[in-house]
Amino acid sequence: MRRVLAVIALIAVVFAAVTPALAVDPGEMLANPRLEERARAISAQLRCLVCQNESIDESNADLAHDLRLLVRRRLKEGETNRQVIDYIVSRYGEFVLLKPRFEAKTVFLWATPMVVFLCGAGAMVLFARRRHDDPGAQRLNAEERVALENLLERREGDVSG
Amino acid sequence: MINELGHYALVLALAVALVQASVPILGAHRRDAGLMNVAPVTAVLTLVLVALSYAVLTRAYLVSDFSLKTVWENSHSMMPTIFKVTGVWGNHEGSMMLWVLILVLFGALVAGFGRNLPATLRANVLGVQAWVTVAFLLFILLTSNPFARLDPAPLEGQDLNPILQDYGLAVHPPLLYLGYVGFSITFAFAVAALIDGHIDAAWARWVRPWALAAWTFLTIGIALGSYWSYYELGWGGWWFWDPVENASFMPWLAGTALLHSALVMEKREALKIWTVLLAILTFSLSLLGTFLVRSGVLTSVHAFATDPTRGVFILAILVIFIGGAFALFALRASALRQGGLFAPISREGALVLNNLFLTTATATVLVGTLYPLALESLTGAKISVGPPFFNLTFAPLIIPLFLAVPFGPLMAWKRADLLAAAQRLYLAAGIGLLTALAVMFVATGAPVLAALAIGLGVYVMVGAMADLVQRAGFGRVPAATAARRFVGLPRSAFGTAVAHFGLGVALVGIVAATAFSSEAIVTMKPGETQTIAGYTVRFDDVTQATRGTYDADIAHFSVMRGSTKVADLTSSKRLYTTRRQPTTEAGIKTFGFSQLYLSLGDAQDDGGRVVRLWWKSWVTLIWLGALVMAAGGFTSLSDRRLRIGAPTRRRKPAGRPVAEPAE
Repeated sequence: MRRVLAVIALIAVVFAAVTPALAVDPGEMLANPRLEERARAISAQLRCLVCQNESIDESNADLAHDLRLLVRRRLKEGETNRQVIDYIVSRYGEFVLLKPRFEAKTVFLWATPMVVFLCGAGAMVLFARRRHDDPGAQRLNAEERVALENLLERREGDVSG
Repeated sequence: MINELGHYALVLALAVALVQASVPILGAHRRDAGLMNVAPVTAVLTLVLVALSYAVLTRAYLVSDFSLKTVWENSHSMMPTIFKVTGVWGNHEGSMMLWVLILVLFGALVAGFGRNLPATLRANVLGVQAWVTVAFLLFILLTSNPFARLDPAPLEGQDLNPILQDYGLAVHPPLLYLGYVGFSITFAFAVAALIDGHIDAAWARWVRPWALAAWTFLTIGIALGSYWSYYELGWGGWWFWDPVENASFMPWLAGTALLHSALVMEKREALKIWTVLLAILTFSLSLLGTFLVRSGVLTSVHAFATDPTRGVFILAILVIFIGGAFALFALRASALRQGGLFAPISREGALVLNNLFLTTATATVLVGTLYPLALESLTGAKISVGPPFFNLTFAPLIIPLFLAVPFGPLMAWKRADLLAAAQRLYLAAGIGLLTALAVMFVATGAPVLAALAIGLGVYVMVGAMADLVQRAGFGRVPAATAARRFVGLPRSAFGTAVAHFGLGVALVGIVAATAFSSEAIVTMKPGETQTIAGYTVRFDDVTQATRGTYDADIAHFSVMRGSTKVADLTSSKRLYTTRRQPTTEAGIKTFGFSQLYLSLGDAQDDGGRVVRLWWKSWVTLIWLGALVMAAGGFTSLSDRRLRIGAPTRRRKPAGRPVAEPAE
């Protein structure tokens, strides 16, 4: 929700309730700093489902709080990052992932940068080559050559005269 | 009564804009100077009428006239005067008024500065500009009337959204709009050229100052928006890849590409079709942004989404303008003859490469922003596309571009020597690498990638200066001669160098703030201390205060280095009484380029308070870099060769006799 305000929306908006984004509480944090670091990294990848485009790491909504605790509990039980994320996806659906997985329905999303870049680069190469090979752009045809010779002759004539 | 006058002026502006949208274009078609001359008059008249209407609305806010619905919804008699004035654009209706005001302001500027434009081009440009004006005036009058009345008038207003009661709001939207709407001029120029079927280097020369001005304002607008959210939203994030941010970032990327391709067109008459396409695309993305923000399709929780007619209306505007422009483009683009030839390794080639990367980046942001929407409406599947996606896809696109940036200005037009350009960048690359090594050495355990990225930023900064230094001849000719030459270099060369330098600065800031910042989230009681990045922060006490429209808990902190106090820091939690809405005011102290950022949290049961502390390494470089870029834009804009009209003075006598017999 934060940033919705910030750029242009602020202008358009009659906001009902915006609470400042204040996330992780000291009470939630794990004693083991390595585990806590992993928990933060996972949290940044998960969407707070009741917020506007906020991760659970940034949100102070109750749901985000519950999810943060859940992530930490599973980590303490010894699960890997992947297992924790899979578990949360199985409960809340793929909508919870801020970085969608690469699969059939997200092919276009993930492929866009590469496809656009390659198409653009291909067009550039084609264009450059066509330009290069285009004889019309490089050599003169017979008519033009005669015209040029005439011009040159006249000029020489001017100089001598 | 006076409010009705404002409303009436707006209706009258629509009528005048309709004349401006039709008569001059007919005149241009018939080569009728009389009809074409209607354009500048109507352009100035629309500005006068819209400005009058806007002034009336501002007056209503100043005197707290709550009989107007928008004033009641977004103002309060106790608000400071400055926020009453800025509150005019802190809501949907008023911001549309500002949008249109800036639109007609640009129209009048073209009318004023464009006396040296060919008569038909000027008539067509102002005509096309008026189509946009007509569309948005209709939108305001039919769906978003700011002069709608309430009867009986309430005694007190509902207050402006507290987050918007800030100086950031005073400057951010107008600058952003100057950018967004400024691109309507390049759009109008592109469409006018397509109508005319004629386009040449002079066209690019006339368009570039407008594109440059719009780009410069957009740059400042985005930077200010970023800083504003950084300090206002209370946790120190400065970019969120939010759809609304993306909506402003896409026109910026496309506009940057446009600036560079217009340069090729101006100097070499090449890339004509592409430049026209980019001009249309850039403004289309501005319109798309307006649609995304106001229609509610992306931010469906917000109140402004409750009126679907607005969304449909803007969608119609979007489809008509983008669709119409592209249809015209498809019909007429083949008529535009291609100009100068160039080898792949050349200044032109470098600028084409720049366009390739920027266009791909724009497409990536566009698809990422719209994909969840499209997927949900097509298949019903809901996915999210957030910061992790954009960071992953955007960085690989931008890093090669950064590597290439210093090369551009060092390449010759038509055919260049890549090796020679590279040789001139040895120094910059060396300094960049040394910086990377130094960063790794100083910040032990620093991520290697971050150190390299900072080195890349420094390389861009030094490399940006290489062109100036070498053109002046420092090291080759006596220093005095070089200095004299340096001063005499065209302003546009300085503009390029400064803007590229700013890009490097921003990159260094982004990387440093991301990789080397630290954080502490703790519960503190008065008297307790917490250390962060070598500073000790002591929680002194909390005081209560009531000011204007809010109550506040203000926490006082002392920042100490060793045992000496170096700064005071306050952070507060406010409760705006009318809306029962809390906000957090972060405490920020700048040390060098870095900042200590403190945000007060909730009171705990044991009497302590949650305190979040961040050390943001070199974070100010992000916005300073953007401001330096904008300074480059202004420098380039002041170039004599770019000043509007300068290139056409010689044409004038030739143009006159053609126009006169018609009268």
